[in-house]
Amino acid sequence: MSTLVLDSASRWFGNVMAVNDVSLTIGPGVTGLLGPNGAGKTTLMAMMSGFLAPSAGQVTLDGKPVWRNTKTYRRIGLVPERELSFGYLTGRQFVRANADLHRLPDAAAATERILEVVDMVEPGGRRLDTYSKGMRQRIKIAAALVHDPAVLLLDEPFNGVDPRQRMHLMDLLRRLGDEGRTVLFSSHILEEVERLARHIEVVVSGRHAASGDFGAIRRLMTDRPVQYAVQSSDNRRLATVLMAQESVRSVGLRRDYLDVQVGDLGSFAVDLPALARQHDVTLFELSPSDESLESVFAYLVAR
Amino acid sequence: MNGTIAKLALQALLGRRRFLLLLAFPVLLIGLVALVTVLVDGDAAYEVLPNLGYPLVLPLVAILAASSVLGPEVDDGSIVYLLSKPVNRYGIAISKWLVALGATLAAGALPILVAALIAGDSTRATALFVGAVVAGTAYSALFLAISAVTRHAVIASLMFVLIWESLLGNLFSGIAWLSIGQWGLRIGHEISAELPDPADLGYAIVAGILVTVVGVWFAGDRLRSFSLRGED
Repeated sequence: MSTLVLDSASRWFGNVMAVNDVSLTIGPGVTGLLGPNGAGKTTLMAMMSGFLAPSAGQVTLDGKPVWRNTKTYRRIGLVPERELSFGYLTGRQFVRANADLHRLPDAAAATERILEVVDMVEPGGRRLDTYSKGMRQRIKIAAALVHDPAVLLLDEPFNGVDPRQRMHLMDLLRRLGDEGRTVLFSSHILEEVERLARHIEVVVSGRHAASGDFGAIRRLMTDRPVQYAVQSSDNRRLATVLMAQESVRSVGLRRDYLDVQVGDLGSFAVDLPALARQHDVTLFELSPSDESLESVFAYLVAR
Repeated sequence: MNGTIAKLALQALLGRRRFLLLLAFPVLLIGLVALVTVLVDGDAAYEVLPNLGYPLVLPLVAILAASSVLGPEVDDGSIVYLLSKPVNRYGIAISKWLVALGATLAAGALPILVAALIAGDSTRATALFVGAVVAGTAYSALFLAISAVTRHAVIASLMFVLIWESLLGNLFSGIAWLSIGQWGLRIGHEISAELPDPADLGYAIVAGILVTVVGVWFAGDRLRSFSLRGED
């Protein structure tokens, strides 16, 4: 059981703030690091795996800093986003080299055991450059797991992996989490994180935006104010009616539509048709104007 | 020294197309010297070595070897696969340097010996070979260190060899004090006086050892601080 702690960690590159004062504690089980592209996930991952010095603050594994501390890799397995460039090795040779680098007492047996875990025993004899994306990903995971680490860090492990392989990978990671390992993976896809992670940490623009189990994050995301564009037969009258509603925060009168900001999505959706009929207004169109994940994230930060 | 790292470095060296280039240098050098020996009377064949083989082929081979064992991995970041292991960073640097050194001696120094023997006079050939071993050792360490700091390692190393050692070295004799090639020649001079005597012997020995040790240590230290920068 190992715990990875970021204590007010920041990282800047010149004038660019990549990670801004992030404090996190990552314990056993599967944790998802969620954020849009460019949010600083890779920078965070690099700091947590000892491949980047924090500009300020600390990153520690079980109390010991990870930067310039070669020994921490006994307990960390890292699956980088980088492609494998060892195309001239077979999958088995690559995993075996990793086992040898860890100086495992029985490297050959450990290699076979882990190839079996990721279901790569048979393709293990082929060269890496003949593998599909999903196979390469599984070999990378095998290489990271061969020394039975307490902590597994994966940077965007599902990128470019087909859905069936993705399910396999998810099952594998879930199993590792259930065994009591600290598993952290990053992703920019909410559904991915929801399906796998017990605990979710959200980062946006280098900041730690939210933290909690997936229910809590979901609630944060659905309870946020939503913007709608409404077109009707009488926009002005509809605006007066809507403004009186508890669920509506603001109404803007545009050229040919209404800009409605809604606080409580549920009751607004239920009430709108009834209100329109009651006041003899015909609704032509109702469309959410900011459903993209980016705006969801932006809301979490501004909160 | 780490056997696994050395094995991977050797595979990286042999597995790439650059290896053919590495092989072409000694073949061409020996071929040229053999051709000149047959076609031209006198000592013209030997002259190829101090003018082309030693100052150019040897450092170029060292650049190719040193940048092949470290450069591509640092460039594309895949060295994290080696560095995310509890392996001493200086051990990694030493292992990679030994592979680069082996290649430099095999494809740079040894062909110079063979070519010099073809051109005649074994004392002179031995002297030049010793000089090439010394210079090859220091070159490979220096170029390894350069590969660990910059993505433009090949260009930077070429500039050192072509502009500093060759161009400026020919214009200003003082550069001999800061030229790896000249240190090697000075040590070879002890065996055969036909080699030039550009600097102090003790200085040449100490400077050669210093560049080698500091170069390898520096490469290891850079690996200890290797940073991954995200695309974002």
